[in-house]
Amino acid sequence: MSSGLSKTGYISEETLSNYPGIPTLNRRNKGPVVVIECIQDIPCNPCEASCKVDAITVGEDITNLPHIDEEKCIGCLSCIHICPGQAIFVVDESFEDKARIALPYEFFPLPEKNDIVTALDRSGKKLGDALIVAVRKTKRMDQTAVITMEVPKKWAMTARAFKLK
Amino acid sequence: MQRYEMVCIGAGPAGLAAAIEAAKNQVEVVVYDENDKPGGQLFKQIHKFFGSREHRAKERGIKIGQDLLDEARQLGVEVVLNGIVLGIYQNGAMNVMVQDRLEQVKAEKVLIATGASENMIPFPGWTLPGVIGAGAAQTMANIHGIKPGNRVLVVGSGNVGLVVGFQLLQAGCCVEAVIDAAPKIGGYGVHASKLARFGVPFFMSHTIKEAHGNNTVEGATIIQVDKSWKPVPGTEKHYDVDTICIAVGLNPMTQLSRMSGCDMVHEPGLGGNIPAHDVNQETSISGVYVAGDASGIEEASTAIIEGRIAGLAIANKLGYLSDDAFQTKREEQLQSMKGLRSGAHGGMRGEAKERLNNAIKG
Repeated sequence: MSSGLSKTGYISEETLSNYPGIPTLNRRNKGPVVVIECIQDIPCNPCEASCKVDAITVGEDITNLPHIDEEKCIGCLSCIHICPGQAIFVVDESFEDKARIALPYEFFPLPEKNDIVTALDRSGKKLGDALIVAVRKTKRMDQTAVITMEVPKKWAMTARAFKLK
Repeated sequence: MQRYEMVCIGAGPAGLAAAIEAAKNQVEVVVYDENDKPGGQLFKQIHKFFGSREHRAKERGIKIGQDLLDEARQLGVEVVLNGIVLGIYQNGAMNVMVQDRLEQVKAEKVLIATGASENMIPFPGWTLPGVIGAGAAQTMANIHGIKPGNRVLVVGSGNVGLVVGFQLLQAGCCVEAVIDAAPKIGGYGVHASKLARFGVPFFMSHTIKEAHGNNTVEGATIIQVDKSWKPVPGTEKHYDVDTICIAVGLNPMTQLSRMSGCDMVHEPGLGGNIPAHDVNQETSISGVYVAGDASGIEEASTAIIEGRIAGLAIANKLGYLSDDAFQTKREEQLQSMKGLRSGAHGGMRGEAKERLNNAIKG
């Protein structure tokens, strides 16, 4: 475990960029793509099976880190609610000055579309306002909602949670 | 005296899984549990589990518990609740307190699947109402829908502390901090990150010095510890909390295995003194089996596999399952177990389990 994570409970953006679940900026600029913030050898692989386009590989040894194929990924969101570690996000930086971040959410009440919420970074620090653009919760998702929030583009790889106002 | 082919002590994941495998092979099995509800800790586990599909990964413990219970019922397994096994004697004789009646029972094979109890740390004020174990926090929040407190300090950063800390956030509590005397977070980083991103601070190398309050917890003082785990004066921090949730590990419930005369082995990584057992989960006492946390602290998913292996082994020993069929089915379970006993956390447990197995061979 990286020293930051093992002391503070969160990973720095710099550390994260070296892991095989993180797409390149070039790919993120083209449209929605998966970001898997899983950096420990946990025996776990549901993300692999959840992907319809085979863009996530864990392999035979289920403690391997998930590897993404950023060209195959279509940003369909169906892996987000699957992850027991709530470590999967989908980021879309194809907008001019905004970015959209889809994330797992297991709290009540759920936000509603068009709500303004406070975006938080990995340490829980308040970044500022975010706009809720989609709220998805179906039976198949087994109580994990997937929420999409719109934030200023510079927070695309920083904002990972939100608080209701 | 009631006679059974198999008695399971404990209706948690290990006991139920064992009863299911045995009953599938026509073994006549009864399960005793001291609680008024079956399922052990599974019904408190509202989070999704790690693993792969065969381990029911991405499903919540509560669903896995319900499915085990349904399957056991369909197979006609008798589950006796409020049934406390008070003593276990030679040749599978037991005294069981059922409601207010003492029953004598004899089983050809006994599975001890009694789970674990929580460790506690004593500190000034630790007996005040508001100092609770992680299990109590889960019982209140996840079973009864009662918020355990408003402002909570979590002591212990293993997976239990991290998972329960997040569940307290879900219950609407403010988690003021997670502390641990160890220099590093004990549980998985992803579990810690779920708390961190909602602003919960972690203080490693910190322990609780004191709980304050007259009739209930009104605050807590924490203090940093040095490399030799000694408190460093002057580093105290105070929190206005009304609840202190203690999650500092579990230890196996071994009263019945010790009473049976099982050889015990000390394995700190598995929670302390543990009955040595072979790969079929049988202890040094012929006919006495152990599975789940009672045979070393692991996880619900490993407890289920151990239970299944014990159930299959018992069916085989009783003559209901041929050697060939048993070998094949056991191999499937062992393969599935291999996946879970790998990685930084699981690998160490796997090695400790091997030492327990070797203690029987030697």
